Amino acid sequence: MHPRPPAPPGPARRTLLRGLAGAGTLAALPALAGCSSTDPNTVTLTSNRANAAQRAAMQDIVGLFEERSGHSVEINTFDSTSFQESINNYLQGTPDDVIAWFAGYRTRFFAERGLISDVSAVWEELDGAFTDQVRDLCSGPDGKQYMIPDSTAPWAVFHRRSLFEENGYEAPTTRAEFVELCERMRRDGLEPIASGVREGWPAMGMFDHLNLRLNGPEFHLELLDGLHSWDSPEVRAVFGAWAELLPHHQADPLGRGINEAQTALVRREAGMMLCGMFLTHVFPEGEDLDDLDCFPFPEFDSEIGADVVEAPIDGFMASGTLRNPEAAHALLAHFGTREAEEVYTAVDPQALPLRLDADTSAFSPLEAKVNDMVVNAGALTQYMDRDSRPDFASIVMIPALQRFLSRPDDIADLTASIQRQKLSIFGQ
Amino acid sequence: MATPGTTAAPPSAPPARDRERPPRRGRTSLRHGRRDRISLALMLGVPAFLVIGLVWLPAAATVLLSFTRWDGIGGLDTIEWVGAQNYTDAFTLYPPFEPALRNNFVWLVFLFAVPTVLGMLFAVLLDRELRGGPLYQSVFYLPVVLSLALTGFIWQLIYSSDQGLLNAFLALVSDRPAVDWFGDPDINLYAVLVAAGWKHTGYIMLLYLAGLKAVDPSLREAAAIDGAGPVRTFTSVVFPALLPINVVVVVVTVIDALRAFDLVWIINRGRNGLELISALVTSNVIGEASRVGFGSALAVIMLAFSLVFIAIYVSTVLRGAQR
Repeated sequence: MHPRPPAPPGPARRTLLRGLAGAGTLAALPALAGCSSTDPNTVTLTSNRANAAQRAAMQDIVGLFEERSGHSVEINTFDSTSFQESINNYLQGTPDDVIAWFAGYRTRFFAERGLISDVSAVWEELDGAFTDQVRDLCSGPDGKQYMIPDSTAPWAVFHRRSLFEENGYEAPTTRAEFVELCERMRRDGLEPIASGVREGWPAMGMFDHLNLRLNGPEFHLELLDGLHSWDSPEVRAVFGAWAELLPHHQADPLGRGINEAQTALVRREAGMMLCGMFLTHVFPEGEDLDDLDCFPFPEFDSEIGADVVEAPIDGFMASGTLRNPEAAHALLAHFGTREAEEVYTAVDPQALPLRLDADTSAFSPLEAKVNDMVVNAGALTQYMDRDSRPDFASIVMIPALQRFLSRPDDIADLTASIQRQKLSIFGQ
Repeated sequence: MATPGTTAAPPSAPPARDRERPPRRGRTSLRHGRRDRISLALMLGVPAFLVIGLVWLPAAATVLLSFTRWDGIGGLDTIEWVGAQNYTDAFTLYPPFEPALRNNFVWLVFLFAVPTVLGMLFAVLLDRELRGGPLYQSVFYLPVVLSLALTGFIWQLIYSSDQGLLNAFLALVSDRPAVDWFGDPDINLYAVLVAAGWKHTGYIMLLYLAGLKAVDPSLREAAAIDGAGPVRTFTSVVFPALLPINVVVVVVTVIDALRAFDLVWIINRGRNGLELISALVTSNVIGEASRVGFGSALAVIMLAFSLVFIAIYVSTVLRGAQR
């Protein structure tokens, strides 16, 4: 025997290799691992509806389906924001059969890329259940449908009914009345319009509504589709109208989160707030929620009126490759039934059913009012970040709108900068 | 793009020996030789493979992607070459880019000027064995180990404009309107820097404490005998003896300033006065925007800045090694 040179002993080397294999596996894990079960009777479903009420509502309608069809459904719920941020990769991996998502540009985009599959066959059974508008919002550029819609959480100007009654305020219908009401509220020591845009996206609501009221829905959607110049008199007029309203907004909106702004409305510090139906989550059930009322964003141009509603539509789509198309389509068809939509929207406070034949007798006065706005809408839009390219909306528009809020006197320069970036992103 | 100088020797290279021993029995030495060779190949090859595969190849791919326009969907055929357009866009028409460069620079200068100096001061004070030293040490070091989400939450409680502690306190002592700590683009960077410094100070303090413990006490005694006061002792004797620690502190601080990201991301996604290159890369590449090409260009610019510092550091270390 003679001394050996120091060398790593065998087991250590094996451990190293095992560790290496482990590291390789870790690196290969996708951000969202779709659990693919091999049972042909199981349909897998990815849901981004993660609030407690939304989870319960999903369980209810999926339970209904399992009872009737004999298929079992596996629900994977993800936090809405992180799901939105990983969906591109997710759809290219091994996605679940059915995926909760948004209508409008967001569905069209995936349809164009072939990441989701055609569900026109399911739509044939739903003929007449939805308006043609909703159908268009669920269609791809080829005219086929790619989404089964189920609910919407529309936008309006919300306020507390009791506060309006105490002070004798009337819901304004025109620009002049709106500005006058704001001035009255300020004299009464209220912040007229609650505003919190630290997260960025809430700033889009005001732009959308002013653009819809001043330039109409066609121009608005074409603008967001990249067909018009952002450096145009129309867009500058929108920012101009917004600048006039700014003094009536809560000051310093850029440091305030949307939740803090909603709280100001709950506490009667602010008189009104332009917001989506999800505002209902912050009003405590009972007295407070019953006190919540709303009116449509007022008319700014009598030619155009005030009947366009921003109503982001949620629904379900089928992934590109279905292991069991029949079962997946059956689940999608179930999500489109009147019963499923009624059950879901009864549990989730922000959701209104989209079916024309949905039973509205159990609606609260607020829900009935908002529902009427949607039913009688001249057009439905989806919100800036669902009507436009996501890269343009988040990378260009959020910083631009935030810049406007901190320096509202520099509109010409701002619109020129947006237009330059738009050309670069849309590649036109 | 600089290529790594010598990441790995070829795996088949025989182990270098400074003394060639005549083989007593050829067979065993051959066996040893083979075993040595295999183990050496593994010891060099595996780390080299990991570094090349997980660091250099992705970095090279990022550089390539930075000359393309791609939304991350579809195969390689959907990647469109656009030359240097991403770079010209970044420098000419992307508004957040210039503030991001400026903010990263301010971040770096601030970290050196305040937390590093403060951390050194705390370390010197704690090194004097005062009563309750471990308690102070824990208090100053606590922010370093707090999770990021918690840090963000704590500072939101302090800075929130409507419900924050700081504004509530200011309202007691003066009747000026509430300060918009997070929303005012002229001051929010400094508000966040205070939070970042709060975390960084404890880290630096600990590094210097470790260094001070290693300084030979006889040096101080000699300085004291020569009549130097405590300040003079520190500046002329102790601080020069801390040179290796100082190098580490400089590197740690530069890296921290370049990769600063988490606080601003939690507060407002790195927008409106809190732009940082890392946040711009993240919001472009990851998430819905999926501007892989443009985001890669920003990442390459960040890499170029990092390489400047890395080159300075490596050359310093190598010079030290040659001495």
